[in-house]
Amino acid sequence: MSLHPNDIHRRARSASLMVALALALLAAGFFRAQVVQSAQYQLSSERNRLREVPLPAARGVIFDRHGEIIAENIPGYSVSILSPNTDTLRSTLQRLSGLIALPGPEIESAVRRFGRDPNRPTVVLSDASFDQVSVLEEHRTEFPSLIIQEAPKRRYPDGAAVSAFVGYTGEINEKELNSAKFSGYKSGQQIGRAGLEKQYESRLRGIEGSRFVEVDARGRVVRDAAARPDSNAIAAPALRTNIDLDLQRFIANYFGDSLVGGVVAIEPSTGAVLAIHSAPGYDPNRFVGGVRADYYRQLTSDGRQPLYNKAMQGRYPPASTFKLATAALALEAGVADFDTRMPQPCTGGYNFGSRYFRCWDKKGHGSLTLTQAIAKSCDTYFYQLGLRLQLSRLLAGGVSLKFREKSGIDLPDETTPQWPYAVEYFDKKYGARGWTNAVTLNLSIGQGENTQTILNMARFYTALATDGRASRPEVVTQSPDRVPILKLTTAQLEGLRNAMADVVSGRGTAGSAAIQGVILAGKTGTAQNETLVDHAWFVGFAPKDDAKIVVAVMLWQGQHGYAAARIASKVVEHYLKRPAIQPADIEGGGGN
Amino acid sequence: MIKRVFADYPLVIIALLLSAYGIAVVYSAGQTDVIEGAVASAYKRQLAWFAVAIVGAFVLSRASVRLLEWISWPAYVLAIALLLVTLAFGSGAGTASSMKGWLTIGGVRLGQPAELAKVAVVLMLARVLAARRDAPKSLIDLWKPGAIVAIPWVLVMAQPDLGTGMVFVGIFFAMLFWAGVSAPLLLLVASPAISLVLAFSTGLWGAWFLILIAVVLWYKPYVVEGVVLIVTNVAMGVLAPILWEKLAPHQRARLLVFLDPSEDPQASGYHVIQSKIAIGSGGWLGKGFTLGTQKRGSFLPEQHTDFIFAVVGEELGFVGVTAALTLFLLLFLRVIRVASRANDSFSSLVAFGLLGSWFVHVVENIGMTLNLVPITGIPLPFFSYGGSFMLACWLAIGILVRISSEGRGEADALPIGMRR
Repeated sequence: MSLHPNDIHRRARSASLMVALALALLAAGFFRAQVVQSAQYQLSSERNRLREVPLPAARGVIFDRHGEIIAENIPGYSVSILSPNTDTLRSTLQRLSGLIALPGPEIESAVRRFGRDPNRPTVVLSDASFDQVSVLEEHRTEFPSLIIQEAPKRRYPDGAAVSAFVGYTGEINEKELNSAKFSGYKSGQQIGRAGLEKQYESRLRGIEGSRFVEVDARGRVVRDAAARPDSNAIAAPALRTNIDLDLQRFIANYFGDSLVGGVVAIEPSTGAVLAIHSAPGYDPNRFVGGVRADYYRQLTSDGRQPLYNKAMQGRYPPASTFKLATAALALEAGVADFDTRMPQPCTGGYNFGSRYFRCWDKKGHGSLTLTQAIAKSCDTYFYQLGLRLQLSRLLAGGVSLKFREKSGIDLPDETTPQWPYAVEYFDKKYGARGWTNAVTLNLSIGQGENTQTILNMARFYTALATDGRASRPEVVTQSPDRVPILKLTTAQLEGLRNAMADVVSGRGTAGSAAIQGVILAGKTGTAQNETLVDHAWFVGFAPKDDAKIVVAVMLWQGQHGYAAARIASKVVEHYLKRPAIQPADIEGGGGN
Repeated sequence: MIKRVFADYPLVIIALLLSAYGIAVVYSAGQTDVIEGAVASAYKRQLAWFAVAIVGAFVLSRASVRLLEWISWPAYVLAIALLLVTLAFGSGAGTASSMKGWLTIGGVRLGQPAELAKVAVVLMLARVLAARRDAPKSLIDLWKPGAIVAIPWVLVMAQPDLGTGMVFVGIFFAMLFWAGVSAPLLLLVASPAISLVLAFSTGLWGAWFLILIAVVLWYKPYVVEGVVLIVTNVAMGVLAPILWEKLAPHQRARLLVFLDPSEDPQASGYHVIQSKIAIGSGGWLGKGFTLGTQKRGSFLPEQHTDFIFAVVGEELGFVGVTAALTLFLLLFLRVIRVASRANDSFSSLVAFGLLGSWFVHVVENIGMTLNLVPITGIPLPFFSYGGSFMLACWLAIGILVRISSEGRGEADALPIGMRR
């Protein structure tokens, strides 16, 4: 090589320049990352290291009208896991399953949950038992990515007694998370699944808080202390309802485990729902946080359909309880008054065309006035009354009495009752010549193509019990929204009430249901239905002239209306004769 | 017999500062939230190796340059032999766990023969190039130096260790440059490699080919050489896709990730992304010594070895980075000075060869932490944890001190030994 000093110096200069240039370029690269783009990288670094752990908010406590607790929160624990990827999560869950029972499907659903929101702790057990928590705490050091925290758990002290209206909570599912309705919700949260819990979800949910834990690359929690200030969960305010828990319990107890059916009790002047029960019920506590498969199977395989709300989902022929609608419409149309007798006295049935329509009493009732016909529930009388009213007026009247509409109660999943909207209904369904006026006879006595919910019958009777205005049943709200449906005079209304009082007397069909010292007015019904045994109905109110309570009872396969009437009588008697209940102080204020 | 040795104090001080900085960062690298014993105590072993390295450097600075010249051949042969043995029985480590870079006997990793090979290649190249009266002027003249580098290069690439392969290439070109090989000839030597890279874009490769023909016509090599060059370049262009297929999956992944780290954020791209986050989040002054959250939470991979510079960036910020880069620049400038003042061609070439080796290490290692160059598992001199590498760096300092002391311009050199 040439060692001439000039050559060496030239090369040394270019080498120095190249070296300096290369390092300057590196420095420029660092300047760009560390100074120009630093903020963005700082954000990424914080995202790497901090994990938001949700602090679930306590749901609003649900009270009855006297301040008794219907739904409350008890301390519970949830177990979740932080992990950087599905493989780590899966292996952690595999190891966990050695300590606590974690079936394969649970692991898979946890992995799916993780996929939706990898930065949020993946809930493994939303409601861990005390035993599970203590086992996990013992092995804490082996699972540094485990987060065990308190999670308020819903409890319904009265269990099955309130299942018809309170509903239950459960974890939000994938479909709901994707829907607009649940836009603010996050994976793993509990939502109202049925009843009040579902209806008033937005008022009951509270505001979720959060704390931040610091994690390392493998999701292990290295520092529990907040790196950022926590935001505390805010419990939802209490929700006060119109329910009379004492009455609700009384009804549930009365039905016990042997009777099947539904009851609705309403304060007629306000529409306040005092009690709503479907028997048999189910234990909503066992649904909280996900129902166990065996319990669910037990409920679905029960022929009495505990999950089917008989008070507001089940539709049954209203039978003779509907005769008050026929009577009211006839009075309204002026085709009869309380003393009107029908041309053909009751001989145990009625000949219409080539067919013989039987009265429920084979012995026959003879010649009756309208008042007597209501008390005796004479079918023969009402066949003729219906004919006199004519089908078109009967149908239009039924529509105006809102037998085609939901009652509008503030509970989800109410069924719409069935009532033909007009004569065209039959033309359309059977063809113009495919049906006869015989449908009028059936509809007049509450059979035929007329099925109603117990709730809707109770709503109709609030009009009979008061001034002809029906109240919308309200479980929570108290804004009496009363619709005038009966266009009758005060005297006419009183006449109907007197006739209904006769029903619950020696002159009527439910004499055994009379209450000492209180006049119970109402109407029995015996509904023929698709089963072989008739359902028993009674809808009534008391006291007759100043009604405090309307009760509708449907006893599944109760055979005869007076069976239902006896239950209604007990309910009314309990409600009106029990000692006054002292209202309890509601902590956290009322929900209204 | 015993000559007076003048220590090149600026050189030694720079190296000491770099080592102190490096060991401090190795210590910090061990300070994680979930303690990993081996990494946490790495700084202690690094300190021990540092002591050994200082002694080694001192001893080597006592050895005559002639001794080095004499030892070149045996060292080179030994290095090749060890590389062969490693290839047959070696094991991997760290990010390079799929490679066979470590010489392991009975499960004990004895060291990386590649470190010895780098020094041996520098010595051999210096010996061969110094023996010439003039700088090589044709490709034929370069067959000997080429062969000296090619043999160990093939052996390390077979491990496969792309990073060390690049170091050999760096040493080769640096020393040819220092020996006075002209720039066009260097370009011609490099042309097949450039063809290989540009072959992935037909347009770029075509443009490059025109430039190449122009250079060949202007430089006028022997006809045979010219033909061989052109043919080689064409062959490289054709072979590139085939070679791509032959690359190990991890190498292919690294190249792809270099082009777009977000392509595979969880796997291959993870290192680069996390390293950039660590460095970028450091800002001007960093998060404080030992306090880097990326490092503490183990988001940063290989934080005590290959990615140690990301710890510097995260904890000490742009200021700390600039300090380290400045120290490296001072080191390089000082070594260039040593090379230019050396007493003889061999010494001068050895000095510049060592510079070339360090330069590739520094640029490649620091560059990859910011994804400025593809990831290859090569360590950062004086910083990365590793005994044999620390020793190798300081032995190089020892050699440079000796060369400096024997060189001209004794005004810069000060006596360290009292005996004459």
